[in-house]
Amino acid sequence: MPRTVLLIGTRKGCFLLESDADRRHWSLRGPYCDGWPVYHAVQDPDSGTIFAAAASEWHGTAVWRSADCGETWALSSEGLAYEDGRKLSKASTLSAAHGRLLVGVEAPGIFQSTDGGETFSLLTTLSGQPGSEVWDDPSNQPPGHLGISGLVDDPDDADRFWAIVQGIGLFETSDGGASWTPRNRGLRADWPREHEEVGFCVHKLVRSPVDGDRMYQQNHVGMHRSDDGGLSWTEISEGLPTEFGFAAATHPHDRDTFFVVPLDGGHGRTMPDGKAAVWRTNDAGSSWRRIANGLPQKDAHLGVLRQGMANDSYDDPGFYFGTSTGQVFASADGGDSWQEVASYLPAISSVSVAVFD
Amino acid sequence: MAEVHLPMTLQPLFAGLPRRLAVDADTVDGAIGVLDERWPGLRDRLCEPGPALRMHIHVYVDRERAALDTPLDSRSRLDVVAAISGG
Repeated sequence: MPRTVLLIGTRKGCFLLESDADRRHWSLRGPYCDGWPVYHAVQDPDSGTIFAAAASEWHGTAVWRSADCGETWALSSEGLAYEDGRKLSKASTLSAAHGRLLVGVEAPGIFQSTDGGETFSLLTTLSGQPGSEVWDDPSNQPPGHLGISGLVDDPDDADRFWAIVQGIGLFETSDGGASWTPRNRGLRADWPREHEEVGFCVHKLVRSPVDGDRMYQQNHVGMHRSDDGGLSWTEISEGLPTEFGFAAATHPHDRDTFFVVPLDGGHGRTMPDGKAAVWRTNDAGSSWRRIANGLPQKDAHLGVLRQGMANDSYDDPGFYFGTSTGQVFASADGGDSWQEVASYLPAISSVSVAVFD
Repeated sequence: MAEVHLPMTLQPLFAGLPRRLAVDADTVDGAIGVLDERWPGLRDRLCEPGPALRMHIHVYVDRERAALDTPLDSRSRLDVVAAISGG
């Protein structure tokens, strides 16, 4: 029976929540990565290795790895640095596929490792893209807010993937990162923009596993859907309580089903009215249903960050999210009901699913 | 040999690294280089490209705030401190 393991990135290390395939009973291990802040942890589906993007305020940015389901860990930052004076303050997102680990960092750039996370080399800074003069302006360098906040692979094409530049927008490459094209047509922005193609605040991109042309994105201002692989976008916010949020998850077998966690959009950025809820569409965003069964409905000021929601790929799929107050919730019935499976973790940055045979 | 005192946050990262050891070097940078030869990657945990000390890594030579080019002699005490950086 496969073991289902949630990889939980937190402000104080990486934790592993482990269950057997029924996903009803969970046990916690950790913290790992010596308590470093972990911004995203993923499993390489081919090798099984766990990678964790981390940044210590003392000791800098590195990627931790474990090839034995978290029993032992090593870290490396060899090659994970800009040589042109730009500051690399944080590894913020990972993607492992096609025998390659991609690492999205702040200031915006993507590094790759082809030796299992032992060494890294700079793949691209998306230089020359509209908007890059903003993110390359030293006054906008971290500890500001610009970085690569999301990477999405194409499982069928190693040369094609998507990258989100915070506050700038979504970009696609089809030649392994050598060239890029903005993919923001149809998105809304409620602020002045200097370029037609960019200036959008894309928080999260997910792609349907059963139809690669079907994408969803949680934006700073609304939910959006694409039916043409990101070439154009249509807003699908109507029916949601707020247009703001970070997290999103697809359904592994149904391209029209999709989950989001709307948040208040001001400084609070927590679930509205102190009542926790996940929202699901089963018709590609034409309508939305609030799901609160098993979630706290009083004094629950929970936030979920952009890497904080995930799903597994079983025939009867499970869905998961982790909060900025350290709870992990799981659903084993398609999102109809939720169970709190961890309660007192440090602030959670990311949740992803690993499966070990 | 300068006497080097290291922060506890480094020990989990490098097998066999003690908190306190003697190093033969002429400068702070040289001492870090000696440590990096014996524990590869240690320099990256203390320094950014440049090189420059990381923002929250402070070094003191004989209890005076120091920099990478601060000289050491055989009686120097070098303290490397992971400075206060939030809770």
